[in-house]
Amino acid sequence: MSYQIPKFRHPELPKNQLGYTKADYEGSISTLCAGCGHDSISGAIIKAVHELSIEPHKIAKLSGIGCSSKSPTYFLGKSHGFNSVHGRMPSVVTGAAMANRDLLYMGVSGDGDTASIGLGQYGHVARRNLNMVYIVMNNGCYGLTKGQDSATADEGSVSKKGEANPFSAIDLPAIALQIGATFVARSFSGDKEQLVPLIKAAISHRGFALIDVVSPCVTFNNTPGSTKSYEYAREHMEATGTVDFVPMHEEITTKYDPGKTRDVTMHDGSVIRLKKVDDSFDPFDRLSAITALEKSRESGQILTGLLYMDKHSRDLHEALQTSRTPLNQMNEHELCPGSKVLEQINQSLR
Amino acid sequence: MNPTDVKNPEYFHKVVDCQYACPAHTPVPEYIRLIAQQRYTDAYMINWESNVFPGVLGRTCDRPCEPACRRGRIDEEPVAICRLKRVAADNKSDVADRMPKIPEQKNGKRIACIGGGPASLTVARDLMPLGYSIDIYDNQPMGGGMMRSQIPSFRLPDSVLNEEVNFILDMGVTTFFNTEVTSMREILDKNYDAIFVGTGAPKGKLLNLPGLEEASDSVYIGIQWLANVAFGHTEQVAQKVIVLGGGNTAMDCCRTAKRLGGQDVRVVVRSPYADMKASPWEKEDAQHEGIPIFDNHTPKEFVVENGKLKGMMFEKVEAVYDENGKRSLVPTGEDWVFMEADVVLMAIGQENAFPWVERDLGIAFDQWDMPKLDKVSFQSTRENVFFGGDAAFGPENVITAVAQGHQAAISIDLFCRGESLLDRPAPHTNLVSTKMGVHEWNYDNQVEIDDRYVVPLVDLDKALSDRKVEVELGFDREIAFKEAERCLNCDVQTVFDESRCIECDACVDICPTDCITFTANEEDESVLRAKLTGPSNNKTQELYVSAALPTTKVMVKDENICLHCGLCAERCPTTAWDMQKYFYSVTKAGQAA
Repeated sequence: MSYQIPKFRHPELPKNQLGYTKADYEGSISTLCAGCGHDSISGAIIKAVHELSIEPHKIAKLSGIGCSSKSPTYFLGKSHGFNSVHGRMPSVVTGAAMANRDLLYMGVSGDGDTASIGLGQYGHVARRNLNMVYIVMNNGCYGLTKGQDSATADEGSVSKKGEANPFSAIDLPAIALQIGATFVARSFSGDKEQLVPLIKAAISHRGFALIDVVSPCVTFNNTPGSTKSYEYAREHMEATGTVDFVPMHEEITTKYDPGKTRDVTMHDGSVIRLKKVDDSFDPFDRLSAITALEKSRESGQILTGLLYMDKHSRDLHEALQTSRTPLNQMNEHELCPGSKVLEQINQSLR
Repeated sequence: MNPTDVKNPEYFHKVVDCQYACPAHTPVPEYIRLIAQQRYTDAYMINWESNVFPGVLGRTCDRPCEPACRRGRIDEEPVAICRLKRVAADNKSDVADRMPKIPEQKNGKRIACIGGGPASLTVARDLMPLGYSIDIYDNQPMGGGMMRSQIPSFRLPDSVLNEEVNFILDMGVTTFFNTEVTSMREILDKNYDAIFVGTGAPKGKLLNLPGLEEASDSVYIGIQWLANVAFGHTEQVAQKVIVLGGGNTAMDCCRTAKRLGGQDVRVVVRSPYADMKASPWEKEDAQHEGIPIFDNHTPKEFVVENGKLKGMMFEKVEAVYDENGKRSLVPTGEDWVFMEADVVLMAIGQENAFPWVERDLGIAFDQWDMPKLDKVSFQSTRENVFFGGDAAFGPENVITAVAQGHQAAISIDLFCRGESLLDRPAPHTNLVSTKMGVHEWNYDNQVEIDDRYVVPLVDLDKALSDRKVEVELGFDREIAFKEAERCLNCDVQTVFDESRCIECDACVDICPTDCITFTANEEDESVLRAKLTGPSNNKTQELYVSAALPTTKVMVKDENICLHCGLCAERCPTTAWDMQKYFYSVTKAGQAA
């Protein structure tokens, strides 16, 4: 068993605008099971962040508890990290974001951490539209405690234990849509061509951006009867369309049939280009997204791709008019303006 | 692209860059591992089987393996393969009982080897165990050929050479030393079953410049001068020495001159320093001994006063390259440069010479006066006469001579048994898993980050005081272990079984050097290369392409900079990847299954 990854990298690795190679965004060697989907998602995050030329120290990665929540150790080794309490990652991110809105907040969670113990926090952070990326590494089981069915396991799905799950599944994108999330996507760990642009788009989105990623548990839930196995996911994946992400600094050179593509300019100037597969689906219409999700669920398909995006998203900072300056850059006088100011505030509320 | 045929023995052989580059295809990683395990004698014997002169080559080899070494593509310098070979030779125990048994009952076939150098000795080594009777003819007093006459003792001690030459001579070879063969006809008249010509490239070139005749007492041909030193005929040299030429012979000449009393020894070469033919390390060794190299100087004439050489005139030139990259040396127009010299040594190349082979014997020669040979069998146009070493296709090096000697021995054996010379034996190969446990391998898969270790040298004053003091001390066991650990074990192959793959991408994500990609296949290799995870620009390295997987994608692995760290196999949940040790050895005469 290797506990260290060799130091050597490809000598011709491409450098991003900051002069960094992909290797500069790696973390420690993974201790997850061999073949775990989470490692592929880590790889996709590394690729997306490298290609977006984000400075590592401008990112904070936060997680709760579980296999998924271990994974921030395995990517962005030079970024800030906070491995928080089970199911409570959203409140820690909220606190951090209130104190410093300059960082990119990358929340990583699992189906247990989000849909079971953390369901309450999940709902509220989505509802408040906190500016963060929320990636769920969704394997439908509690891998860290030997593979019990989780709340996202589909009814009838059979994991390694051999018994069909008797309960209906929580569909995280559906909840997010219902509750007012402004960016909702689903993907599959085994499809980086789809996942990487989605992560880039989620990073560019201002507001709460959910990506629910089906991420097979090779040890406990990659069985023939499971609906979250590699084979099942590949056979039942159905994409809403493809997403291309064009960063702000790059010129759009490729021409597309205008009837089939839509360009969305993000607040940072980058462009998301959507190529539709199905004319009846509109990713800017919440109702259309909810309908499409429900339809695919009925037909036993896994609907992936960008499901919904609110182009006019107003995030929590705008709603609360939080400080633009991070608290750690303010002096004592600004942070503690004194009893006179407090008196004024109290007076204004009387 | 079509799926890669890993059953072809050459596919995985090519992945072992060092072994593939070696003319004799010595199993390098295998013996390096044995050195790391302190099994020096085993390491020595693997070498001896393949290259016959491990002690000699561990000091003097041209090392085609090292520029090929994969480590050089990911790290600053390749593994010090050559000097590790020396470690095996220096630390081996008695190998007498490991030498092949020579049958007392001979097979009745008599072979003559003309020349006692590495090629002839290799032929003898391969044929003696098969029962052949072998006569070696050489004009020198001892065996070894140019290894003895041209490689100075400070690079190759006599004791090392003698031991390895004697391993072969002691098999019962009949030697005719101090015997100049002046007529091929005479040899043919002795009714040998086959004759092997391994006479090297014995003729040094002489540059006929104005003043040569008057200066001739002070001008020597480098290889002849080195031979005279080696056999004790020349024991000193005058103070001011100019060595002309930029090859390894020039480096040996100047360093020898420095030890025989030369005070102002200098090398003068026409080409720019970087283009010199000498191996980089030999140039460094000469400079380390305080010998300056003057490049871009073309010799024009000898300056002789009162019948005595005073020096030489040189014209300064610069290298100009045309659009095809062809170099020409153009005079700069500056005044000629005068350099003082008491002696000039010419080391500007050497040639073959076959004045002793009569041209009416059915042995055809080409327009360059080289024998016409079959490139594979080394057979001449007279069916029982074979050539090998420098005598075959012009000056190369010891390891090439050995490789050709092995092939010539196969041909001679086939010929003597009346079989087709085209029926060459297939290489011996073996591919076996190194798996020991779930994530454990029986090779050390951890990649060490150490820089290449420098071979310690003897004190410079001591080295220059005696031409017989070996300059390099060689690695001690401790450093040898560390250097051996730098080897990437490229012979432990990444073998992919598509029927087991679930396309989880774990190998792609873990691979430190981005070798692996799962993608839709392409007809055209360059299109496929453009789609790979890591840049794939080294087209001399193969792509390992699998058959189509369930998603219709294929696995493509660029062999170029694979570290053979085994992480792909460790991260594979279904053992679709396995690390399998590949052993490849060239089959020698009489070994075919």
